[in-house]
Amino acid sequence: MIHQYQLGGYNIVLDVCSGAVHAVDELAYDMIGPFEAQPREELLAAMAAKYPAVPAAEIADCYAQIEELKNAGQLFTPDSFEPLAGKFKEKSGGVIKALCLHVAHTCNLNCSYCFASQGKYNGERAVMSFEVGKQALDFLVAHSGTRRNLEVDFFGGEPLMNFEVVKQLTAYARSIEKDAHKNFRFTLTTNGMLIDDDVIDFCNREMSNVVLSLDGRKEVHDRFRVDYAGNGSWERIVPKFQKLVAARGGKNYYMRGTFTHHNPDFLNDIRTMLDLGFTELSMEPVVCAPDDPSALTAEDRALVMRQYEELADLMLERERAGKPFTFYHYMLDLSGGPCIYKRISGCGSGTEYMAVTPWGDLYPCHQFVGDEHFKLGDIWNGLNNPEVQGEFAACNVYAKPECRDCWAKLYCSGGCAANAFHATGAITGIYEAGCELFRKRMECAIMLQVARAADAAGEDE
Amino acid sequence: MKHIVTLLGCGECQTACKTSCGIANQRCEN
Repeated sequence: MIHQYQLGGYNIVLDVCSGAVHAVDELAYDMIGPFEAQPREELLAAMAAKYPAVPAAEIADCYAQIEELKNAGQLFTPDSFEPLAGKFKEKSGGVIKALCLHVAHTCNLNCSYCFASQGKYNGERAVMSFEVGKQALDFLVAHSGTRRNLEVDFFGGEPLMNFEVVKQLTAYARSIEKDAHKNFRFTLTTNGMLIDDDVIDFCNREMSNVVLSLDGRKEVHDRFRVDYAGNGSWERIVPKFQKLVAARGGKNYYMRGTFTHHNPDFLNDIRTMLDLGFTELSMEPVVCAPDDPSALTAEDRALVMRQYEELADLMLERERAGKPFTFYHYMLDLSGGPCIYKRISGCGSGTEYMAVTPWGDLYPCHQFVGDEHFKLGDIWNGLNNPEVQGEFAACNVYAKPECRDCWAKLYCSGGCAANAFHATGAITGIYEAGCELFRKRMECAIMLQVARAADAAGEDE
Repeated sequence: MKHIVTLLGCGECQTACKTSCGIANQRCEN
């Protein structure tokens, strides 16, 4: 399977099942499409008719170059990965290596678009005690098998509303990691309201990454991200974020924004973040019911698609001017990305990654918390919902018939189970609107790689 | 003339956004 597209002035061909990326000229671009289906002489004649100025020998040479790539396993590579599907989860069955710790089911903001119903997850307000958190960390270590890297995200609600417990749990993990031969990597997701010097010092000492919620322009951010008195939070949090980011040396953080029906022109929010001095950025489409007033419409999505392309152009423009920035979904490492097993098996929700509620219940991930059907067990008695666990263990890119012919399947790994469930009622369903945006992001990300390679080649000449 | 310029488990890799899967954006840590 191949995927051909034109973007940024480049003709790009992705060989899906080898991962090879090719930048080609017009002749090769037109020849690769029908290459497999059309007999050689017929194809050469068609190209000669379309490109009368190109000598026949040159057209034949182009054909030979395509054939050479095919023989080398870099074009039209057959899909041989299906037998590997499930192998990774089978091999690592029972191993858990990442927890999302819901240390606070409460929040000091009242954002109407919050997927977690203002941090309460459709339940009562609650905060996690040290005892529950400690048991969760012990549970993680006990179930982590031979994994060395263990990940814990402090999440909510607003985790800084339970900051003392966050500090205690981090100290506890550090006290046991050496003897347990583990390496804890902590992350924190915050709305910024409670950031102070103590929080900044702690984060810079202990958090491998911090995720800072900012939607961009003040009027966009303050439309949703308000306190319980209805006052916007932008002016209060931006200086705190700037101070935290500066103290971190401008690294190991993400500004995480949400765009909705009210700002599908999210590139303006990206520009605002850049103007504020932030360079590690992640803007995501809102996750909500299709009839929600915030939901992106088909018209919005068309604009978002164009915005993604303009975002890629902006990244190149700034890189060439020596002012680069990172957009999370455009990070693509063509030589050091995830292995095929990871690409097939997905994010690990419900198998190696779980969420823990303030009272110790386990769910497949933070987006399933509050839905009793998906409760997997608890941190004292372990897992006791084999039916749902089995569904997640069997959920891979080859478990979804619609994914088989999709060129992006080894980049999205079948997509987000929670998004699929909320859109279709099944974790193996297809959230097509999300797929469309994902494919555009990947096209842009690959185009950026092609452009950078072209820039580098130009510098070498 | 060159018509074409050519530019896939241990479980140790990391599991930003919390809503959109970004597996392609990860790096192998092994």
